[in-house]
Amino acid sequence: MRRKELKTVVTFHTVTEAIAMETACIREKIPGRIIPVPGEIKAGCGLSWVMPVHWEGDILQWMEQEGLKWEAVGEYLI
Amino acid sequence: MIYLDNAATSLHKPEEVRLAVADAMLHMGNPGRGIHGASLDAARMIYDTRSLISQLLHGDGPGQVAFTANSTESLNLAIEGIFRPGDHVITTMMEHNSVLRPLYRMEDRGMELTILPADQYGCIHYEEIEAAVRSNTKAVVCTHASNLTGNINDLKTIGDICKKHGLLFLVDASQTAGVFDIDMKEMGIDVVCFTGHKGLLGPQGTGGICIREGLNIEPLIVGGSGMQSFLRTQPEQMPERLEAGTLNCHGIAGLHAALLYISRTGMESIRKREQSLMRRFYEGVKDIPAVTVYGDFSRKSLEQRAPVVALNIGSLDSGEVADELTVAYGIYARAGAHCAPLMHQALGTVKQGAVRFSMSHFNTEEEIDQAVAAVRELSREQELI
Repeated sequence: MRRKELKTVVTFHTVTEAIAMETACIREKIPGRIIPVPGEIKAGCGLSWVMPVHWEGDILQWMEQEGLKWEAVGEYLI
Repeated sequence: MIYLDNAATSLHKPEEVRLAVADAMLHMGNPGRGIHGASLDAARMIYDTRSLISQLLHGDGPGQVAFTANSTESLNLAIEGIFRPGDHVITTMMEHNSVLRPLYRMEDRGMELTILPADQYGCIHYEEIEAAVRSNTKAVVCTHASNLTGNINDLKTIGDICKKHGLLFLVDASQTAGVFDIDMKEMGIDVVCFTGHKGLLGPQGTGGICIREGLNIEPLIVGGSGMQSFLRTQPEQMPERLEAGTLNCHGIAGLHAALLYISRTGMESIRKREQSLMRRFYEGVKDIPAVTVYGDFSRKSLEQRAPVVALNIGSLDSGEVADELTVAYGIYARAGAHCAPLMHQALGTVKQGAVRFSMSHFNTEEEIDQAVAAVRELSREQELI
């Protein structure tokens, strides 16, 4: 298994919200990728967005500006 | 074979639609049910298709587009998911059974229903909508275009009436999506129900519902959503709220390709071509002595009507005419009631039905001329009787 690192994880209510996030991040060249929701955040299936904690911008502010929807944002060792 | 039954389903699809379905069957997994490439590719394609639909209808974004199997499912979803016993709903005689039957079922459960009459040309009169409004009126549900006559309703006018009286406006766009402009914001529409396999040129088994943000529709079915799996209820968030179970990803891939084709070709170009063929057919048959054409073909209407011409030849049964067209001429038209019982009542064609010719932009002038010639020949036989 890969070594765990501190990362920013965004969770969503729906698959559509997750793909909207990915689409917008790709368009704006914001680093990250879709991963399964980590078990330490919550049980169950689903998609989340993981990205470096040291990204230059404010991800929450940017998501709001983009009109994206999400459930929660946090930093986790994953 | 000359296919003129495009109001039932468009047979000639762009080549890329077929290829997209085949490609999806080779490469796409279950959208939103995993994070591997096959699943994510499917989810991305689905999301992009939602975006294209929302752009087409001027909706509130991809999150407000839910996929269904067809217009009928969408209309059932909207009608059952919004109305409650005690609500009053206004609809019209122009409707297909996909609107009428869900409304009748709700009426049996205590919803009140007013059906606006249509005149001998199959048109409703908008002032009658206002006259029908009651204190408990919740919505107007109507078709954009009659599947029998091709007559089009002015959605902006109806939307303005709904706005004035604080009513919801639900539109059945089965005959118009992909061919006619629909602007949910400009026309004040709350819900558009569409099918993918007619004017949108996608595969059968695709369709959907585009909903104004903020309007809550109770799901018709509940089940797997790919997220929030430990909830006892369907997630609150659109569009998955209305999409329990695996989507028809392969079909939606075809619809996606069709939407790109329509965008590339231009909806106006498609519409003008279809209307030109419709006009050619109408001009060819309207003066044949034994032929009766149904619908509003006045000059004003001719510029703005769906590419459909319904007719009868003398007193001949419409099924007999359609059968003769198929067997003797290889012309595929649609006879009978077209699931539009009240429209036939208004036109006085309950017993005889009507023969409906509906054009696609893939049809040719030669095909239209052959169809006109066939109608003329059959009429001549009838005149001799």
